[in-house]
Amino acid sequence: MANLQTSFLGIKSPNPFWLASGPPTDKKINVLRALEAGWGGIVWKTLGTQIKNVSSRYSSYNVYGRRIAGINNIELITDRPLELNLQEIREVLKLFPDRAMVVSLMTDNNRKSWHELVKKVQDTGAHGLELNFGCPHGMVERGMGATVGQDPEIAKMIVEWVMEAAEIPVITKLTPNVHSVVPVARAVIEAGSQGLSLINTIQSVTGIDLDTLIPNPNVAGSSTFGGYCGPAVKPIALKFITTLAQDEATRNTPISGIGGVTSWKDAVEFILLGSWNVQVCTAVMLSGFRIIRDLCDGMNNWMDEKGYRNIDDFRGLSVPKLTHWEDLDINYHIVAHINQDKCIRCGLCYIACEDTSHQSISKEDGIPYNTYTIKEEECVGCNLCKMVCPVEGCISMKEQRKGAEYLNWKEFQKRGMPLNDH
Amino acid sequence: MMAIKNNRLTTEDYNEAFSDIHPPFAHDEGAILEANRCIGCYDAPCTKFCPAGIDVPLFIKQIASGNIKGSARTIFRSNIMGAGCSKVCPVEKLCEGVCVFNLLKEEPIRIAKLQRYSTERAMQEQWRLFERKAPTGKKVAVVGAGPAGLACAHALSLEGVDVTVFEKEEKAGGLMTYGIAAYKVTPEFCKEEVDFITSLGGIDIRLGTELGRDFTLADLQEKYHAVFLGIGVGLTRSLDIPGEKLHGVVDAISFIYDLRTSGYANVAIGDRVAVIGLGMTAIDAATQSKRLGAKEVTLIYRRSKHEKPCTDSQLDLALLDGCSIIWLASPKEIIGENGTVKVLICNEMKLGEPDLTGRRIPVETGKTFVVDVDMIIKATGQEPYEELLSELFIRNRDGKIMVGGEAETNIPGVFAGGDAVTGGKEVVNAVEDGKIGAKAILAYLGLGSEIK
Repeated sequence: MANLQTSFLGIKSPNPFWLASGPPTDKKINVLRALEAGWGGIVWKTLGTQIKNVSSRYSSYNVYGRRIAGINNIELITDRPLELNLQEIREVLKLFPDRAMVVSLMTDNNRKSWHELVKKVQDTGAHGLELNFGCPHGMVERGMGATVGQDPEIAKMIVEWVMEAAEIPVITKLTPNVHSVVPVARAVIEAGSQGLSLINTIQSVTGIDLDTLIPNPNVAGSSTFGGYCGPAVKPIALKFITTLAQDEATRNTPISGIGGVTSWKDAVEFILLGSWNVQVCTAVMLSGFRIIRDLCDGMNNWMDEKGYRNIDDFRGLSVPKLTHWEDLDINYHIVAHINQDKCIRCGLCYIACEDTSHQSISKEDGIPYNTYTIKEEECVGCNLCKMVCPVEGCISMKEQRKGAEYLNWKEFQKRGMPLNDH
Repeated sequence: MMAIKNNRLTTEDYNEAFSDIHPPFAHDEGAILEANRCIGCYDAPCTKFCPAGIDVPLFIKQIASGNIKGSARTIFRSNIMGAGCSKVCPVEKLCEGVCVFNLLKEEPIRIAKLQRYSTERAMQEQWRLFERKAPTGKKVAVVGAGPAGLACAHALSLEGVDVTVFEKEEKAGGLMTYGIAAYKVTPEFCKEEVDFITSLGGIDIRLGTELGRDFTLADLQEKYHAVFLGIGVGLTRSLDIPGEKLHGVVDAISFIYDLRTSGYANVAIGDRVAVIGLGMTAIDAATQSKRLGAKEVTLIYRRSKHEKPCTDSQLDLALLDGCSIIWLASPKEIIGENGTVKVLICNEMKLGEPDLTGRRIPVETGKTFVVDVDMIIKATGQEPYEELLSELFIRNRDGKIMVGGEAETNIPGVFAGGDAVTGGKEVVNAVEDGKIGAKAILAYLGLGSEIK
């Protein structure tokens, strides 16, 4: 059995799965249920300034007949009294002292407010603070949330205020509503933030009711840009996290990975790209806290099969494998191969290649089943056929190098080798 | 005491016995889930195996996308009886039988059920899916308001041709109305389907008018620019054995006709019924005998399981209903008592050499056996209207109208299709023949067409 325990800035948890700040972590009753189910830690829903929520608050993007590829929400930070939250945090800490308890914070942009909030929260005995510089709706219009996270100067200033008062580890949560998270990450690290977490939600419109023409979610006939999360945002999250793992100034700062983690495989990927742990929200909103069992079990089995004993053993291992396009090996060439014994003659590879790729698949008409074969000389190795094929392992990509040596674009160009020759 | 009698069950039991054998999706979600299971093959086997060539992946995609109207139009464009066919097509040997999921040893997409979903909705909500083109001034007579005739009439009307359909029965729909098991389609449905087809306009159906009795082919040739013969086939062919005239020997087509027209309680059934044959009609007759309350039903087939004309699932239906089967048996003689059927004597058969179609021919072994029965239902294929055709000088082979490539008969301006040409195929084949006939007629009339 592999060891799933993690220590994030010294905050221990029995597994790398924390619940992200959000609806599942806004009060004791939920949080206790989550911890009973086995979650490793909690980031308590953002405490801070006074707010008032609207109704409705969520909407989803559904695709291919499946519900919730992504959710967007226009809910704000906690709308319960601060003292009640603090009291409940104390109670939970007493009941589950072995789990990570981090509290998310956001307040008005002045030193006094931040100092007061930080002190009150760390008085509860919480293990860490997460600064919400990412919320992209509502709070933004009041100069908080993503407004802070989009401006390195403001972010740096607030982290400095926080660090003046903080006696426990500080994690800054970053917004993806920027072209790059690196400048803000550098600024908050410089200001003293010990950890980073990302991504927060992405501004979005999930869809429109085609009868009323009102976008979702509908609040009395109007809507507003909501924060998008869930499986659909995972690829974007992985990219942002990788950019921090690649940057000199940010790569040594522990990252808590967030963004569409739904299965243990997603979590492994976040860790392979440099996360120290992961945070989950949408997946539990969809299926409940019980999903923790397979998250842990699946990761454990994978680690056993791969021979990894600890989470740290595989953290960041895929980072060096993400490089610049110009460093890729141009001599590497693959062509598709269709295993006729596995092929179910659906023709999806054919039409994808014929209509949108390189017309590299030939069709021999049959009744009722056609036979599809690859025209190797035409195939550019794009993977599209393999991706659309409904049968795992039916289409494989076979290596047919164009040359034995590694040859990248810069070298290719230097040698004056032929361009646009396909 | 064995007897043929009616009124064997309570009304509730009759209704239960004849309830819809392929119920629709109970909820929209079921249809959407199933539609999304379809991977949308290119040059799809299901479409290739649909005699009417329905673009199956497209209509299923349209269900998935919430475009039910488009889905219904896709189906009806290729098969105007797409609603009925979704209930009566032997899909296990057509579209669903070749679904690529079969190659994964997984359940095929429930194409018929999805087709029913869209078409039923279209009929219920009376969607107007097609518009006629401007009148061309051309008039065409169609003989027979069965699937071939109706499909031909609809396709012609779409192109601005005025069509008059002559039907000898009191209801339109042909075998769909009169020849299909009651647990597949109801009389009400058949009427709605005909109304849906004729709602396009330009189609005048004259019921109770019969070719040769009420009008002649020459009348039609005189009054119309072209004629389409979709006259189908007649009653079950004779067994040509002694005792065939005894009380208790009935024809499957008449039996099913009675079931469809008289009300279940009024249809008399024996205690021990033998059904001769193993086609779709034989299965329908056997299972419905059982459902009417017969104690024992035995299907008698002269070949073996391998050669059977029905599909496995149809056979399973009969077996599940408690019917039994005697393979390699051919009726030799029917013995009666007081003018009523008592015993069926059968020849034991064995398989000999293959015939031209590759099916092995059954030959007598010389041995016989007897089956105690009080009713025999003949379902050994229908007899074509050979005499009528000969009187009309329409070239035929054993009563099957001979047509050129595009449905032309030997008489210029007279076209034909459906069972009258094929001798008896599925409803969907007749519909396709009707479309081909319409296309040929439009070409003959010098009109274009957009028939798919």
